[in-house]
Amino acid sequence: MRKRLTVATLTAAATLSAVSAYAQVGSPFIHDPSTIVECDGKYYTFGTGGGGLISADGWTWESGAVRPGGGAAPDAMKIGDRYLVAYSATGGGLGGGHAGRILTMWNKTLDPNSPDFEYTEAVEVAHSLPDEDCDAIDVGLFLDPNTGRLWCTYGTYYGNIRQVELDPMTGFRVEGNEAIDIAIDCEATTMIYRDGWYYLLGTHGSCCDGANSTYTIYVGRSRSVNGPFYDNVGRTMLEGGGKKVISSERRRIGPGHFGRFVIQDGIEKMSFHFEADLDQSGRSVLAIRPLLWVDGWPVAGEPLLKGSYEIESQRNGYALEAMVDFVRTQGGMGGASRNASGQAVVKVESQKLEDVQDSWPQGTVKAMCNYYVDRPWQRWTITPVPEAGGYLGGPYYKITISGTDRALTANALAEVEVAPAFTGAPNQLWRIDQLTDGNYRIMPKEVPGHPDCNYALIAIGDVTPTLAKFDFNSDNSKWKFRLYDPQN
Amino acid sequence: MRKTITILSFALMAILCCPDASAQKNPSQKEIAAALQGYFTPVKTPAARPDDRGFIRRWLLLDPISVPNRTNRVFTDSYTRESILHEWFPGQLSKIPKDGERERVEMEVQPPVNLTAGRPAADTPVPGLRKVNLYWHALDSDVFFQKLFRMAANLGNTRYGVLFWGVTIVNCEEDIENVRLAIGANNAAMFWVNGEELILVSGDRHMNIDNALSKRITLKKGRNVIRAAVMNGPGMSEFCARFVDEEGRPVTNFTVTLE
Repeated sequence: MRKRLTVATLTAAATLSAVSAYAQVGSPFIHDPSTIVECDGKYYTFGTGGGGLISADGWTWESGAVRPGGGAAPDAMKIGDRYLVAYSATGGGLGGGHAGRILTMWNKTLDPNSPDFEYTEAVEVAHSLPDEDCDAIDVGLFLDPNTGRLWCTYGTYYGNIRQVELDPMTGFRVEGNEAIDIAIDCEATTMIYRDGWYYLLGTHGSCCDGANSTYTIYVGRSRSVNGPFYDNVGRTMLEGGGKKVISSERRRIGPGHFGRFVIQDGIEKMSFHFEADLDQSGRSVLAIRPLLWVDGWPVAGEPLLKGSYEIESQRNGYALEAMVDFVRTQGGMGGASRNASGQAVVKVESQKLEDVQDSWPQGTVKAMCNYYVDRPWQRWTITPVPEAGGYLGGPYYKITISGTDRALTANALAEVEVAPAFTGAPNQLWRIDQLTDGNYRIMPKEVPGHPDCNYALIAIGDVTPTLAKFDFNSDNSKWKFRLYDPQN
Repeated sequence: MRKTITILSFALMAILCCPDASAQKNPSQKEIAAALQGYFTPVKTPAARPDDRGFIRRWLLLDPISVPNRTNRVFTDSYTRESILHEWFPGQLSKIPKDGERERVEMEVQPPVNLTAGRPAADTPVPGLRKVNLYWHALDSDVFFQKLFRMAANLGNTRYGVLFWGVTIVNCEEDIENVRLAIGANNAAMFWVNGEELILVSGDRHMNIDNALSKRITLKKGRNVIRAAVMNGPGMSEFCARFVDEEGRPVTNFTVTLE
């Protein structure tokens, strides 16, 4: 009985771990989430129907955000020291009329418990008539970093996606501004800017059909804020074009309603919803993924899953390892010897943990980097620790030598070592962010005695890792995870 | 008694909502031009060319056949094929209709959409099967695609839950080998060239150019008949079509006529 219970517990834990790497925890249930906005150290996102989610760490989300007006698919952004929230009051929708209204309102804070929490009266900034080629819903806000001008996009599958200009001081429509068509037949548009390109993101496919939704996020880009926005094969979004950003992933179906969150140079996140998370009753859930940039296009990264990996420094390709004696592999000495010709080809076993671990010191050893030769002291198991909380888009992980409890640890000297056991202490919990170039930043939750340093794992020498300031422009700061597959 | 009154009320409402569709008349060219301004222009010249990007803008388009699907979730491959290939009017896969020609089509007539209200309830009574006059319209599109929704909405009442038929003729001075028909459609659709079915797309899709391409075919010297059928539930029906060569470049060395 006890054994069965243990097995069941382990299975449940494994399932939980798998879920936790992919999905936000808490009650992340929302449809059509706005771009995530940070306010006084907490994260907020608003959804269709009013209300929204709040998170203290960006990983655990609960309902509690407050937005009046009801309606559909809001967006939010901080401008100066105020928050602009936009939403749409839609018309008949499918099979009916298509009169819609886009409204904006301000608040000094998004914290509903703050004495300053009070929305201004919502004002209409755009609308659609019952029978024109547009349905004014699904608003997206974009503040052009080059000009300071504020743009608003809206529309759905019913005809054209439109863009109007708002006054960033008032949130009102700029007087005399005429709406322009920038895309057709998509939903949840929003714009972002990077390196001389304006990007228009939209959601294609079918909405609101749970696990049968085909929602998929696409993008086009332009040198002009007003488009035309081209995809990777030369189609404009007015011609229905778009390059994929993210599609369904295994048990999470129908990503839609993109929002970008820039943490710092080189670390960006994208928020959206999955129409159905099959691990959470098929409900619509908030999702957050790394936002990568590949050849000038935004691409969704993936959460780092539990597994056994080589951790490779991008400084010179050395692998992170525990500093123990090098033990030679038995066999595998065929080389190019003439004597080997004519002999049967056989499979030579990889070196196993039990071949070497008796020679390892019992206590803490230093971590270092070296040539990767697939040795047990270079194999790391990365495991989410759901109960340890998280950060925007991810859980903390423990990093242990595969098959052991020996844990990568930040010490009080701001150096990195391998402790004999994982204790769950903050200096053994690691934040792992995929960078915009696809590499990773590895960062301890806490460095003892260095509370405000925000140190990350850095290769300051070819063989010498340490904990120091992260610099996106240096390969010393970047790491890659290569999955260890003993069969290949 | 109350039930009887309710039934009579629904019947009266259906009659008021749907004037005798069998008596529907074909609008004049002037009325069509006014109703479709910005989307289509009635054909005035004997022949047209594809536009610079190869899109065929000249089509004979039939008023929409009502197929009252309330959702696009129904459009599987099988359903799309069966629904389109149901015999709606004689010669639907072979005829070259004339501008203004009438088809008598038996279909489930829908009440008009209430543009100031939400979606009608699923149990809203419908008049049932009726024989309806539908007309072919020879139209040049003002844009690269055929905005079928506007033809439907601006010339009649049936805008959602629809099936459109279109025919056009591509005239080549010589055989053009190894080209592909390239289409985009909102929503499910089938396309034929010279009677051969080349493309079927289904599901809930929006229109984008070159969304689906046929196998390599030869456009033969002389007339080549292109036929399209597009179905939609709620949403804006439209399609675009062109021919592209081996490198994906548009084919433009032909004329487009409707006779």
